Amino acid sequence: MLVPASLDELLASVAADTRADLIAGGTDLMVEVNFGRRSPESVISVALVPELKSWYRSGDEVILNAALTYSEMMRPPLCELLPALAQAARTVGSPQIRNAGTIGGNLATASPAGDTLPVLAALEATVVLESAEGGRAVPVGEFIVSVKRTSLAPGEIIRSVRVPARRAAQEFLKVGTRNAMVIAVCSVALVADAERREVHLGLGSVGPVPLRAPRAEELATSLFDWDEGVPRASEKELARLAELASEAARPIDDHRSTARYRRHAVGVCARRAFERARLPDATGRRSVTP
Amino acid sequence: MTGAIASAELSYELVVNGRHHDVNGALAGESLLYVLRNRLGLPGSKNACEQGECGSCSVLVDGVLVCACLVLAATAVGREIVTVEGLAGPGELSDVQEAFVENGAVQCGFCTPGLVVAVHDLLGRLPDPSELEIREAISGNLCRCTGYGRILAAIDEVRRRRLGELP
Repeated sequence: MLVPASLDELLASVAADTRADLIAGGTDLMVEVNFGRRSPESVISVALVPELKSWYRSGDEVILNAALTYSEMMRPPLCELLPALAQAARTVGSPQIRNAGTIGGNLATASPAGDTLPVLAALEATVVLESAEGGRAVPVGEFIVSVKRTSLAPGEIIRSVRVPARRAAQEFLKVGTRNAMVIAVCSVALVADAERREVHLGLGSVGPVPLRAPRAEELATSLFDWDEGVPRASEKELARLAELASEAARPIDDHRSTARYRRHAVGVCARRAFERARLPDATGRRSVTP
Repeated sequence: MTGAIASAELSYELVVNGRHHDVNGALAGESLLYVLRNRLGLPGSKNACEQGECGSCSVLVDGVLVCACLVLAATAVGREIVTVEGLAGPGELSDVQEAFVENGAVQCGFCTPGLVVAVHDLLGRLPDPSELEIREAISGNLCRCTGYGRILAAIDEVRRRRLGELP
């Protein structure tokens, strides 16, 4: 049981005990421990490592340190830089959970229903890993390899997540049985990047890992009015967009939903996200979403 | 608590409600909730779901509202822990507790300590919250008796009293 107080100390601890479980907010690990599903022999806490807290801007990127909590993602000015991430964070659990849970924990748990993961997919985030030997940067799509499996190597920790902070429209939608304390039946993150003139879609809870929807993205990119910063699509085109997003899903039946409903709902969410997308003006102000 | 990390016994010190407590012979996997209730004799924080769903074990750690069942107790060393027992002096009720009593916001009472801590947190951060902000702030605290109406009335009374709108 170790509570390192610096990044160097943490990396040394993890190198010395590569089988230890890492704990940040505890919102996933403690449930397993409380229910006797997991009896780890040793635990190393990352929660008090100052280098893993908070976030900062670096050029046209935002660096989200691994122990950044959901509550912190919801606060200005970060929520203005990354509105889809803030919207996703707001749907996580309850205030108590959002005060504890972290972006690094969401990535490390790699649940198909992890709420920030479709956002990170749509942002084409890079996960920065570090060990006593050095660091490496991995695209989020390569970091999460399957259900609850990541490419984190023994001795490595998640140091931070790098995401672009370019002018973009961002939306996040999630379907569940109520607003609070709900695990996603499906979710969609949309990023319309004004500099690249590309729309990206991240789909959550409809596959083993967060998915992209390349054909839907291509259509959405062609339908977005990049000069006015608003979507321009006929009813028929919107229906096609929903269909293409549904086709990209690889859902399963489980206790939360049927695959059929998930496939339908993810298309509806993709279409709505696109309809709501508004590019901010040069001052960062967004026109009101109808 | 059914699961615990099987390893050497731990001894550490926790600061709860301003008092130092020695914890001896603990197992590494013990949650803060378990330690508060079973080792420190502070049963105010309630144990129900053990998975952060119900909010009945809500406490403040370094001024931040969290579920004690999800805090690994040994990671709370050196941090300031406030439980429902620490919100008012011995034998006294805080203004939030008093308003809960006066408004009939307590039925079986199991969710009450967690709610009271959550409401202290809310009104400490946000003295004049909207109804939406209040509902969101208590969305992680499940009450199966009251239907929340009287809880909302109690919160509104504390809000108005603290703002000087009520005598």
